[in-house]
Amino acid sequence: MALKTDAVGKEWPATTYQVGREKIKEYANALGIENPVHHDVAAATKAGFRDVVAPPMFAVVYSSPAVGPAMFDPEVGMNFAAMVHGGQQFEWAEPACSGDEITTTAKLLSIEEKGGKGFYVFETNSVNQDGAQVVRGTWTLIVRGV
Amino acid sequence: MADPKVGEQVPELRVTPDKYLPHRYAGASGDFNPIHIDDEFAKMVGLPRNILHGLYSMGLVAKANAALADGDPRALKRLSVQMRGMGVPEQEIVVTGTVKSADGDRVVVDTVATQGETTLIKNAEAELEL
Repeated sequence: MALKTDAVGKEWPATTYQVGREKIKEYANALGIENPVHHDVAAATKAGFRDVVAPPMFAVVYSSPAVGPAMFDPEVGMNFAAMVHGGQQFEWAEPACSGDEITTTAKLLSIEEKGGKGFYVFETNSVNQDGAQVVRGTWTLIVRGV
Repeated sequence: MADPKVGEQVPELRVTPDKYLPHRYAGASGDFNPIHIDDEFAKMVGLPRNILHGLYSMGLVAKANAALADGDPRALKRLSVQMRGMGVPEQEIVVTGTVKSADGDRVVVDTVATQGETTLIKNAEAELEL
């Protein structure tokens, strides 16, 4: 059965995420990241940041709310029971700091079939309140038995 | 590590996520998929037990590479990974990396995360500006 690809190119409404100190700390603690720039305002400002700075992979926290609705969109039609998160890329620009408001948009880049599996590739793009580029994410979801 | 050379190793990162780590990561990340936090549910859908979040393992890969820049979060410019085997709590994860190219202050590192016989993350490519 050919994969339904009508939704390729679709874009979803932007989401906005307010970055906060305690959330950054919670994420850093879960990963065991001890650098004080993620925990302490004085250490962060001394290192040249506006406020406590997020570890790079905190990108998942503010970009997931944008990509979630895209993945669950019935027009995309992914079978969740057979889905795995197969690949991920992030490209970082401006760091995300506490107080930032990050706006993320999501887009479906491609749907391809390879060896009986469906490869769904989504892109997210996040910018901060000044319009500065923060991160671009590429999310590859693999659905078995398509 | 100042001025890394091609073939040089990134300091190895060894972490044993405890039984409740998936719950803490779920809270931190907002991903409460029950396969990560509900052992019974995970077994019901054919998994050996509740499994780690793939993006947690990717987070460890990012952390291992940040060590090249003494943990400076500005250093990591790009990280691209393939998630393969399933990680589980209460077993040690080992993250290793080898410098693949070094061009001025731009360094590319090949990184692998394994847990016992299982490869969690492979073909991970980290690009850093040091």
